Amino acid sequence: MATTPAEPRSSEPKTNHIGLTVIDYKGGKTTLCAGCGHNAISERIIEAMYDMGVQPERVAKLSGIGCSSKSPAYFMNRSHSFNSVHGRMPSVATGAMLANRNLIALGVSGDGDTASIGIGQFVHLMRRNLPIIYIIEDNGVYGLTKGQFSATADLGSKLKSGVINDLPPIDTCALAIELGATFVGRSFSGDKRQLSTMLKAAIAHDGTVMLDVVSPCVTFNDHEGSTKSYKYVKDHEETLQEMSFVPHFEEIDVEYDPGTTVNVTMHDGSHLQLRKLEEDYDPTNRIQAITRLTEAHEKGEVLTGLFYVNTKAPSFLDMLNMVDQPLATLPESVTRPGREALEAAMEELR
Amino acid sequence: MATTDVTPQSTGGQLGRKRIVNDMSIQVATVNGSGSQSSNTVLLRAIFQMGVPISGKNLFPSNIAGLPTWYTIRANKDGYIGRKKEIDFLVAMNAETAQDDVMSLAPGASVLYDEPLALDRLRSDLIFYAVPYDKLVAAVCPEAKLRKLVKNMVYVGVVAQLLEVEMGEVEKAIRKQFATKVKAANLNLAAAQAGFDYAKASLQKRGAFYIERMDKTAGKIIIDGNSAAALGCMFAGCTVVTWYPITPSSSLVETMIEYMKDYRIGPDGKATFAIVQAEDELAAIGMVIGAGWAGARSMTATAGPGISLMSEFSGLAYYAEIPGVIWDIQRVGPSTGLPTRTSQGDILSTAFLSHGDTKNIMLIPCSAAECFSMASEAFNLAEQFQTLVFVMSDLDLGMNNWMSDPFEYPTAPIKRGKVLDKQDLEKLGSFARYKDLDGDGVGYRTLPGTDHPAAAYFTRGSGHNDKSNYSERPDDYEDNMERLNRKFETARSFVPRPEVLKGNKAKIGIIAYGTSHWGIIESRDQLRNEYAIETDYLRLRAYPFTREVHDFIEQHERVYVVEQNRDAQMLSLLKLDLKPELLTRLRSISHLDGLPLDARSVTDELSTMEGK
Repeated sequence: MATTPAEPRSSEPKTNHIGLTVIDYKGGKTTLCAGCGHNAISERIIEAMYDMGVQPERVAKLSGIGCSSKSPAYFMNRSHSFNSVHGRMPSVATGAMLANRNLIALGVSGDGDTASIGIGQFVHLMRRNLPIIYIIEDNGVYGLTKGQFSATADLGSKLKSGVINDLPPIDTCALAIELGATFVGRSFSGDKRQLSTMLKAAIAHDGTVMLDVVSPCVTFNDHEGSTKSYKYVKDHEETLQEMSFVPHFEEIDVEYDPGTTVNVTMHDGSHLQLRKLEEDYDPTNRIQAITRLTEAHEKGEVLTGLFYVNTKAPSFLDMLNMVDQPLATLPESVTRPGREALEAAMEELR
Repeated sequence: MATTDVTPQSTGGQLGRKRIVNDMSIQVATVNGSGSQSSNTVLLRAIFQMGVPISGKNLFPSNIAGLPTWYTIRANKDGYIGRKKEIDFLVAMNAETAQDDVMSLAPGASVLYDEPLALDRLRSDLIFYAVPYDKLVAAVCPEAKLRKLVKNMVYVGVVAQLLEVEMGEVEKAIRKQFATKVKAANLNLAAAQAGFDYAKASLQKRGAFYIERMDKTAGKIIIDGNSAAALGCMFAGCTVVTWYPITPSSSLVETMIEYMKDYRIGPDGKATFAIVQAEDELAAIGMVIGAGWAGARSMTATAGPGISLMSEFSGLAYYAEIPGVIWDIQRVGPSTGLPTRTSQGDILSTAFLSHGDTKNIMLIPCSAAECFSMASEAFNLAEQFQTLVFVMSDLDLGMNNWMSDPFEYPTAPIKRGKVLDKQDLEKLGSFARYKDLDGDGVGYRTLPGTDHPAAAYFTRGSGHNDKSNYSERPDDYEDNMERLNRKFETARSFVPRPEVLKGNKAKIGIIAYGTSHWGIIESRDQLRNEYAIETDYLRLRAYPFTREVHDFIEQHERVYVVEQNRDAQMLSLLKLDLKPELLTRLRSISHLDGLPLDARSVTDELSTMEGK
């Protein structure tokens, strides 16, 4: 047996600032189609969580039903996960956060799960500003039921079978902004840098993050005539800003030119820097955000970037004014009032 | 055949000689939104304060203002507090229904009416008292816009004088009702006094009914079942309440909000609970399940239509094994029609709520005290068995006033079930979420946020193996379903046992549950006294059924299952459980008019079925 301590090998795996390796953030093997945009999103989630040094045990993964909603099984095995009911993950996530306010809720949904069956719960989640990162893996079709249109499919988009969509799409970003979500953006599963940056900023945000990530379905919606194909998105993508992110634990002086760059100080002290590609765009202006999104539809653009951010609004959990300790584990001494309380209540009723 | 035990059979002046004490029902017919609820409560309380057992039942429309409402106070020296079918004393305040109200009375009843209605022309076999309400109220209430609200308090004074309810108790009840609003209390007291003085000076008492002081209510409380449930849930350590308003369940949560503010906010002003009004019942149950999954004691309250909407999520909770408590304050079916009338119509659908093979635990309270105590039992069972527990109350229990012994402080500790924490995992190294280690069908769970690398598991519906990994293997599915069944069988030994009341060598059994109890105990006495029919009685308190239920049916030649629905829903559940040779012993007595079950209806039907 060797008695001398082994030299640390240069190949020792890299760790993040809480001492975990990227392996600690991995999930099971994906069962989605090869080339599915959702797999790329899972990779970006792993990276962002690793880079931000999030303790995996604090994360609660929540999803509805559909291809997108299966994906939490493919990242972060050390986090609890709940694959719930079609279109109704928001309520499950809300309940979980009420029970344990220290959790980091990561909701993964799809365009059908959100904009069709789930639109009711989606809009109410947005207006509560519950702390959650809500990701729509948006491909404009139902994958698990083999390729029917969803409610985010663009007007005129064509199915493989040749069927044309003649109903206008629901813009989940515009809806989220209007209803009160406080961090709203759109990205593309193929845009590694932008999506990673947005996810890291999302982790730093306290409130509802709504990210619509266009994620092409290689099996049912990646053909000529589809507006959610890799090619279409690449050809029509317009980006509002170039983003960079400086996490709170990195001691770097944040310098920027206010003329060309918007600096957003996040709740945890991190900085999100948005170098403007459109000179007048102000991501703290809701009205402008909604106007720009409407314009994008008219121009046929796939507009990406951070549309709206508000770091001042109170979150739903703030409004409830709960004790700091999770409700889930409060002891009986706190949750069951004493005998004198019952006696007082009885006296009032005599 | 006797139709009533108390209503005098003769009329008019002859009644003056007879004296019926502490045994009557008073019905007040008003228009909803007219402030009559305060007057009714004051009258109820005044009689209660004189030591006479009472109950108060509100028959109200699905409307905010302007439709007819009837409030029935029953006073009964023997402690019968179920609904009484016959009305002995009518207070006719609603011009619209007055004629019908008067015409439906049995001969000999008394009627108090607003003078201009001239109801005394309708019948000659009733006792009529005319009261000039507007004149009386104008004298005590200078502000014209308040008159409508205090007008009702005038009848309290008139009734008090006629029945000999002490005005001192009326005043006490008014002071309690208006608590800190001294001005309102004084105004109402003046109105009651005006009624009392008028009756004394101008009305000649002819009826036989009197209230006399007795001592049967000392120490007791008056409370509705929903408030009792709210208190029960608070003392059960409930931490998350999510809800969507629906009659008749809304007051459960609204009362709970008040109690929680009083008793569950710490000295730092922080709440040890979260109460969230959801966007619909689907979201309400979703939040209950999310919170239960993450370890909170979570609950919602709803009624039949809400139960239907919760169906899908209930199935998920059954398969994914997540605790939660659902209060179903049962009422008549869909929302248009009779949503404000009582029913026991959700029994069968709730027992098997959802898709696939599902079976749910139901607890069935019959009284305010049980609403309180079953709250703790429901939460303990939900966490012990990691499943939803439904508490099947009803509108009669939930929204009406019940006399009750004060509630007993829960002595059983709060049991959180099989939850592994960080220290447990450090010892064990790993765990399998759905493995039946103890043979009771119940696995061990961890809560999200548990700080251990092996704590996490993936929660999903039916397709998982015992390590909670995804599986579509037939044997995994079957094993899981068999284990879930084992769990349900285990629950049989833990749910509340039935209450059994024995008669004298009875061959006949009665099975009932919930608020039917109050009609049944009175009906058993009627059957014995009027027909010499002896009965034993078993009151179900839970589903799944316990052994006592089988034994009870075995011990009787005929068993009448009394319930407040059309299709004999509980009887159907019993049939699924019983040995085939016992099935023919069951008979159904169903009551489905939306009114609380009364003893007379049961007595009539059972005696007829017994050939008497």
